[in-house]
Amino acid sequence: MTKEMVCIVCPMGCRLTVTSADDTGTLNVIGNQCKRGEAYAIEEMTNPTRMLPTTMIIRGSLLKRLPVRTEKPIPKELIFEAMKKIDDVVVEAPIKRGDVVISNLLGTGVNVIASRSMKHI
Amino acid sequence: MTQYDIVVIGGGPAGLAAAVEAREQGAKSILVIERDRELGGILQQCIHNGFGLRVFNEELTGPEYAERFIDELEAMAIEYLLDTMVLEITQDRQIIISNSEKGIQIINAKSIVLAMGCRERTRGALAIPGYRPAGVFNAGTAQRYINVEGYMVGKRVVILGSGDIGLIMARRMTLEGAQVLAVAEIMPFSGGLTRNIVQCLDDYNIPLMLSHTITAIKGKDRVEGVVIQKVDQKMQPIPGTEIEYKCDTILLSVGLIPENELSRKAGIAIDPVTNGPVVNSNMETTIPGIFACGNVVHVHDLVDFVTEESRHAGNAAAKYVMDESRSNHKGTVIRTKAEEGVGYIVPQQIDMDSIDGKVALFMRVRNVYHNASLSVKLGGVEIKRVKHRHLAPGEMVRVDIDKQLIKETQAEMTVSVVLEEGRV
Repeated sequence: MTKEMVCIVCPMGCRLTVTSADDTGTLNVIGNQCKRGEAYAIEEMTNPTRMLPTTMIIRGSLLKRLPVRTEKPIPKELIFEAMKKIDDVVVEAPIKRGDVVISNLLGTGVNVIASRSMKHI
Repeated sequence: MTQYDIVVIGGGPAGLAAAVEAREQGAKSILVIERDRELGGILQQCIHNGFGLRVFNEELTGPEYAERFIDELEAMAIEYLLDTMVLEITQDRQIIISNSEKGIQIINAKSIVLAMGCRERTRGALAIPGYRPAGVFNAGTAQRYINVEGYMVGKRVVILGSGDIGLIMARRMTLEGAQVLAVAEIMPFSGGLTRNIVQCLDDYNIPLMLSHTITAIKGKDRVEGVVIQKVDQKMQPIPGTEIEYKCDTILLSVGLIPENELSRKAGIAIDPVTNGPVVNSNMETTIPGIFACGNVVHVHDLVDFVTEESRHAGNAAAKYVMDESRSNHKGTVIRTKAEEGVGYIVPQQIDMDSIDGKVALFMRVRNVYHNASLSVKLGGVEIKRVKHRHLAPGEMVRVDIDKQLIKETQAEMTVSVVLEEGRV
């Protein structure tokens, strides 16, 4: 199996080609100009993760949406399920930046935290 | 009539950093004037992560980055006004403001820092033919509706322009359940960061159509579709390449314009390339005591650079208040000039008396270059050459020049791109 990707470790944007050997599954990376590019490609192939910033409903504050984010990156394939979960939760003001609004999101061990403070009005 | 040492116009990242730095340098009475209902500016709607890697050495969201500065401002008891519009500033540093609470007021300032930021180019600037149906939004406006106000703007979306805001919104709309059909970019390359192309488009299989533009918008009351066409090297649509998409929403991410109505009316010289005030190495405009920083001067790609530049302006404003003889327009001034391959340079003037140690030049190149150098010359003689493996218009470049390399002269300082094989 072969996959093409663009490296985002630095602004060079090397075009990487990753090939996995059919029998052993060993990954071979070409197109990278540094070692970090190879590590990035292997991480993307074996365990891609992303930070998820979004908003959730808040009541009792000036604004109706509270910006939140995952405390750490979560597996990429869980992004849409995580969005659904976050949509189902409503929080009440006041909220402090860094407050945990969902703990252990989808069993990942990663919390969702408030990205800003909001006063109660 | 109210009197302040420093009045900062704009409570976004530039204004916040300038005010905080001015207080740290000993300025006593400082007022920040903000037209929105809260401080923080555009950062409040930029809920994505990626801010602060340079300034805080960690990756923050826009609201997190803003709140750190707002907290500092509050802790320093710096005064600010919200929901307040500045109507006019004058050469003798009078500021006319208006809000619904107190009506029109006049404020006197010893020094003013302009930090009004920028606004988005609109459909009108592009002259896209067709009716004017609902559903055509600037990407940043849609971002505010979705992230701050809590309104979704559409279900099937085409985005014009691949600057960072357009890319970020492609992902955001997708996560909120919309289908983003394509991002069209008239240039043969994207102006956005590679990281955003990968994580906002590639991750969600959204096609990026380079050298393509919108040539028609269909629909009368609401957008019903859009025609995208390939363009030739002169950016003219090529007949026969039309592709029609059925969509209800079009987002425009087609550039930002520094917001300088106040500066122009005050008589401050504006650089026709950056659309921002001409500044010296102290971030002082052509009117003594009026400084400028952030996106009102030139559009930045990283808020971290805005913070650094604005701290510099706040520092200079504080020093000016304590000693007005520190103003520019007195000592030797060297002009900077962008030459082959370079679009513009900020500052436009280097004030030799005011620089300590080194001067930082910020610039954008005109094209994508690999393995090229930036050559800095003074009076035609090269004084510095910096190699770059990669240069692109979307990535602002900073070149620091040691003061000792700059001989006091009437000559211009130029910067040009030199490819390894020779000239551009």
